[in-house]
Amino acid sequence: MARRILGPAAGILLAAGLTAGLGWAPRDGVQGDVQRIMYVHVPAILAAYAAIALVFVGSVGYLGTRRETWDRAAAAGGELAVCFIGLTLLTGSIWGKPTWGTWWTWDARLTSTAILFVLYLSYQLLRSVVDDPERAATYAAVLGIVAALDVPIIHFSVVWWRTLHQAPTVLKPQAPSMDPAMLLALAVNVAGFLCAFAYLAVRRCRLLALEAAARHRALDA
Amino acid sequence: MAPFLRVTWAVFRKDLTVERRAKEGINGLAFFALLLLFLFYFTLGPDGERLRAALPGLFWLTFVLAGLLGLGRTFALERENACIDGLVLAPGDKGAIYLGKLLAVSLVMLAMEAVFVAATGFFYNLDIWAAVPRLVPVGLAGTVGFAAVGTLFAAMTAQLRARELLLPVLLLPLAVPVLIAAVRLTEVALAGGSAESSAGWWRLLLGFDVVFLTAGLLTFEFVLEP
Amino acid sequence: MIQIDGLTKLYGTQAALRGVCLAVPAGSILAVLGPNGSGKTTLVRLLATLTRPSAGRGTVGGHDLVRERDEVRRLIALVAHETQLYDDLSAAENLAFTSVLGGSPVQGPRLRDVLARVGLEAHADTRVRALSSGMRRRVALARAMLRAPRVLLLDEPFSGLDGDGVKRLDDYLHGFRAKGGAAVVVTHSLGRALAVADEVVVLSGGRLAGRLAGADLTEAALERLYLAASETEWRPSCA
Repeated sequence: MARRILGPAAGILLAAGLTAGLGWAPRDGVQGDVQRIMYVHVPAILAAYAAIALVFVGSVGYLGTRRETWDRAAAAGGELAVCFIGLTLLTGSIWGKPTWGTWWTWDARLTSTAILFVLYLSYQLLRSVVDDPERAATYAAVLGIVAALDVPIIHFSVVWWRTLHQAPTVLKPQAPSMDPAMLLALAVNVAGFLCAFAYLAVRRCRLLALEAAARHRALDA
Repeated sequence: MAPFLRVTWAVFRKDLTVERRAKEGINGLAFFALLLLFLFYFTLGPDGERLRAALPGLFWLTFVLAGLLGLGRTFALERENACIDGLVLAPGDKGAIYLGKLLAVSLVMLAMEAVFVAATGFFYNLDIWAAVPRLVPVGLAGTVGFAAVGTLFAAMTAQLRARELLLPVLLLPLAVPVLIAAVRLTEVALAGGSAESSAGWWRLLLGFDVVFLTAGLLTFEFVLEP
Repeated sequence: MIQIDGLTKLYGTQAALRGVCLAVPAGSILAVLGPNGSGKTTLVRLLATLTRPSAGRGTVGGHDLVRERDEVRRLIALVAHETQLYDDLSAAENLAFTSVLGGSPVQGPRLRDVLARVGLEAHADTRVRALSSGMRRRVALARAMLRAPRVLLLDEPFSGLDGDGVKRLDDYLHGFRAKGGAAVVVTHSLGRALAVADEVVVLSGGRLAGRLAGADLTEAALERLYLAASETEWRPSCA
């Protein structure tokens, strides 16, 4: 399924979306071409949220059933979360340089995204530090649940804290007042990123399953 | 008394008794906090104004750093003689053990915080006393929230190598909301009143406490016996 | 009382226990012998529900080891290598704490009674830190007795005990068996196994190498079996 549907779908949508966003979508009146990075930045964080949701679901599933498939889903989600959050940070930073003159600002969204990045990096660290696979899966599942619950709380606390001190971030896409052509390009990119996420998640789960099967075969030999 | 609460109380008492009788003989956390007090003076002083302005942040920085030590200790005592096996073998809801440990470590942290705040008033020549009634609820809510997540992950990392590194790495990002809310509320408490935004921060802090206390009660058994 | 079928425990790619089948009826004692690393402690930990099997099934008192852990825990008492005692609490305080955890809290007089049964009534209020290792093992035994278990799991209980301690443990085991309890005793000592057990199994490399019971259970037969099991360990697995 992944190879036949999700893969090509992701490819087509991304190709269309990126050409739209970087090419024919109208130029932003206020910020100029640098605003086009939104076409990557926003879908990236949405894909990251999808990955975080996958980690949560996989974690709950594993604790409930103790079946490895759920753990593999959580593991794949964790890796993709780090990738997409990283991409979000990178694009946010790239946006910041021409806009504010610095590579990093303690803007509310960027800050809370940075915390998420560290959080899911620590998730990876936990998985790699624990030797026993069953124990690693269980601990990761607990962290996966707690982290996902914390994501909205972290977001609100940081945004609230910062908005007391400065105006709301410019990184937020001005949704209702956005040019319909921009909205369309954005939507296509979001769909493309989500398809890409799903494709990568499925392929990664499959790879992890194959690795596990190989390990079991080596054991019975 | 319900068996759950009996177990909670027994664990709570046991932890405090062991802590009290430990060879060090003093409240090590409070001592560490006082050292930090001096460190802050050496690094941020001698300008009193700068210290006073940073005070809410310094409070919580200290509480978190000392709290990490306290959390580490609460499960280090279970590692000796495989006492943790004794906890695993207890039938019934493991959440009671979680709650007992959480309350014990919170109490030790609160004692440390009280000593620290008093010492701050003394050494930095500040009139803290008026603010104390307003500081107490903040200290309680923040400490319990930190301990709720902390106890869960202290149990987890206690059974791993690199535990001294892993506990802060896992816990601190998760505890960011507690830090932000508690520092804001401490600012308000020290400044002498309530601000309009206070209600929001209280909601956030108490919400955090409830969510993670519940999460801890439900997931502790998985951490104790993976 | 205890029934296990094809019990296997893997740690990563290492098999600590492989396909072990055993039954221990009520009112009997099983001794488990074997060289180091043969899986004896793993077997006890599995029966105590301290760890989950990778494959196979087991029941204690009719309750499944994986699905009905709490019921199993109510029936058993474990005396392991590690004493599970808090050094900074007294013997009595340790027992009191465990009794609350176990669901049936016990008051002072009964605590002292059970400590007297292991010969420690004079040390009831001494911190465990101040007790010798033999005395600590007695406290651990007292803790097991306090639970009045139906199933006893003992991992090398005789090591570290002096003559008096050994006698008390022997007496307790005989009384326990007479009342219909089932016990699994891991030991290194063939003599002890012969003295106390109704059936002896020998483990080697995680597998059951042999079993002896009833009339077959003689010193000579046991020695032969034990030696054979120890040798099997050294044979290369690719032969």
